[in-house]
Amino acid sequence: MAERYEIRFSGAGGQGLITAGIILAEAASIVEGKSAVQSQSYGPEARGGASKSEVIISDGPIDYPKATIVDACLAMTQVACDKYANGIKPGGLLLLDEDFVPNVPEGDFKVVRVPIMRTAQEEIGRAIVANVVALGAMIALTGVVAKESGLKAVLSRVPEAFKDLNEKAYNMGFEKVKAAMA
Amino acid sequence: MAKKVALMQGNEACAHGALYAGCNFFAGYPITPSTEVAEVLSNELPKVGGKFIQMEDEIGATAALIGAALTGAKALDATSGPGMSLKQELIGYACIAEVPCVIVNVQRGGPSTGMPTGPGQSDMQQAMWGTHGDHAAIAISPASCQEIYEETVRAFNLAEKYRMPVQLQLDEICAHMREPVTFPEPGELEVIDREAPTVSPEDYKPYDDSQGQIPPLASFGSGYRYHVTGLNKAADGFPTTKAELVDAEERRQIAKVMDNLDDILKNEEYQLEDAEVVLFAYGSTSRSARYAVNELRKEGIKAGLFRPITVWPFPDERVAELAEQAKAIVCPEMNLGQMVREVERVAKGACLVSHIGRVDGEPINPGQIIDRVKEVL
Amino acid sequence: MAYDYEKSIRPGKLPHIWCPGCGHGIIMKGLIRAMDSCELDLKNTAVVSGIGCASRLPGYLDACTLHTAHGRAAAFATGVKMAKPEMTVLVVGGDGDGTAIGGNHFIHACRRNIDITYIVMNNNIYGMTGGQFSPCTPTGAMASTTPYGNPDPTFDISKLAIGAGATFVARGTAFHATQIDKLIAEGIRHKGTAVIEILDDCPTTYGRRNKFRSVVDMMKRLKDIAVPVAAAAKMTPEQLEGKVLTGVLYKEERPEYTEQYAQVIAKAQGA
Repeated sequence: MAERYEIRFSGAGGQGLITAGIILAEAASIVEGKSAVQSQSYGPEARGGASKSEVIISDGPIDYPKATIVDACLAMTQVACDKYANGIKPGGLLLLDEDFVPNVPEGDFKVVRVPIMRTAQEEIGRAIVANVVALGAMIALTGVVAKESGLKAVLSRVPEAFKDLNEKAYNMGFEKVKAAMA
Repeated sequence: MAKKVALMQGNEACAHGALYAGCNFFAGYPITPSTEVAEVLSNELPKVGGKFIQMEDEIGATAALIGAALTGAKALDATSGPGMSLKQELIGYACIAEVPCVIVNVQRGGPSTGMPTGPGQSDMQQAMWGTHGDHAAIAISPASCQEIYEETVRAFNLAEKYRMPVQLQLDEICAHMREPVTFPEPGELEVIDREAPTVSPEDYKPYDDSQGQIPPLASFGSGYRYHVTGLNKAADGFPTTKAELVDAEERRQIAKVMDNLDDILKNEEYQLEDAEVVLFAYGSTSRSARYAVNELRKEGIKAGLFRPITVWPFPDERVAELAEQAKAIVCPEMNLGQMVREVERVAKGACLVSHIGRVDGEPINPGQIIDRVKEVL
Repeated sequence: MAYDYEKSIRPGKLPHIWCPGCGHGIIMKGLIRAMDSCELDLKNTAVVSGIGCASRLPGYLDACTLHTAHGRAAAFATGVKMAKPEMTVLVVGGDGDGTAIGGNHFIHACRRNIDITYIVMNNNIYGMTGGQFSPCTPTGAMASTTPYGNPDPTFDISKLAIGAGATFVARGTAFHATQIDKLIAEGIRHKGTAVIEILDDCPTTYGRRNKFRSVVDMMKRLKDIAVPVAAAAKMTPEQLEGKVLTGVLYKEERPEYTEQYAQVIAKAQGA
């Protein structure tokens, strides 16, 4: 993977998608030693609205630090999907929350729908880990870093008491996508 | 042992670079998009016995900065557009009183409140000419998180060595993006501390240049009693209106920078050997320009990048050479024409100078630069 | 034997710039006596000022002296004290410098209760620029920018300081010269922000516009309006009309800022 690979996470402010982007960038750079740049959109609102976090990963140096045309995009809400699910590379990937994005955009990209929030809320019992479910899903979808690298990056960020919870969330996101694509 | 590597924002890298340089005092006032610098230092400075103070306003922050620096502290202040405007009078004070300190300006959209979360490079001329009166300025514009770390160390070094304020001109893109930063080991980067006087307290004159252009600065509380003022003053630090003394002091303060360009200037040159078109770009915009150079080279277009890391003083000599060499110099900047004025001044018509300006809160993308290069060739 | 002021004065820096009849010199002598009685080591004493006639005072003292920008003295002083708490930090300045352009720094220094002693030389006018009205110019008074009489209400600097949180506030006058050093010395000894307001006179730019025929008239006014706190306690509101209280107006013990920050350091270092 010498070329740059661009991933966008989008959703509602407060859903932890900026953190998901940061963890992915850490998995790529700190764990795997690649180049990575993470950036995000800033609005005046800390919660709600639509927010995005973008990660660029490359084996070589990354010049332009912002996304040009993304290889993969996640949208957790319809608002985020309408605003940010664009500029996807032909043949790229669009990962959607199955429940919260009812209107699926059309285009030259592969759409994968997974119940990210429902998995977090019902199967794990904590909505707060939806971003880690999403991260696992995105890594399964793109293969941009190894599964273990993503998990290592997740676990290095969470306190001991929450490691099991997050590992479960990460693995579930990963498996849901594998099942959806099978 | 492997070096510590961490993914961090440019602002965080700035704070850690400051700590590496020995920064032990921060005074600031909250303003987007610079707040992470203060947040990190509020946490880290007390751990090393340093001091953090959040002042009542931007002007007070710079005042406290200078006061602390006079006691020997290595002092940092971080702000953004509107805050930088407020600080200008005291930046002039630090220039004339010759007090080492570092001020970070994370540039955002403007003028006025503008776009607090949008990037800009529109305070570039302010960095040179913002404060009133003739003076020299040193300003640095790094382009990556690693470089922000290292250039913050250099900013302190230059401040201490040349006994003056140094400005770090970041932009919101560099300040907020996250990249892996490798922490240098102690001793790996040079750290310069100001020269202390060797004369006795009785013989000390804070602006006596008989031993060199940059008189040593005694710290308050170190046994030396002297006077500091914002008035034009003589070598002994006391106000004077004697024409020859005022003139000599003003000229020395500018000469101490302009006579040492070899030490102060720092540029990166990329693919310039045979370049027919030179991209002149700094800060985050230089990354778009570098991307554009690579794309243009793939198409057989001889493009190169000149990236000033020290943006003030301006690298007159090298830019003049490039103007002679190239058919065109293209200057992308997130403003409507600031550093391009310097390029034009120095090029003296030797080649075409073309500006790409953007002030809509969006970065200049490589495509824009590529299109312009093809237009001018 | 005459008091030896010379040892605290920088050789060769006198005469000062102040006009004949100005009270600043009286206050400077009071300050010198106060510094002396507190046995301050001038090598470890910073005297900080802003801009104006009063702000020229530090240049005459043989200490670490810092003549800063208009209004900013308290903020510079905060930086000095914060970075080097072992230094004694004094601020001197006028009413306009301290309470108009420097008002924000003044009140926040008081709020923090940082251990600096701020001496405000209140002559009710901007003297150096030629007599424009200040926040302390009496309503109705004449100044170069109030040709029809001053429409502005005035600040009571001592009340402002108390309200903002200063833990030692005292007021004296340039007439009551022997009290000045005692008030300032008590302020220096006090741990925390001390504000000493000294009512002063400016014959050149205030007196001559406001029907004071001589410096003596101005000094007489200071003598007449001052009422010591103890005496005031026995007076009726009618008797106190037009008077100002002098002496120690307020004093409390509250944690000092640099000591508070020392605790931050201890906490950060896991103590």
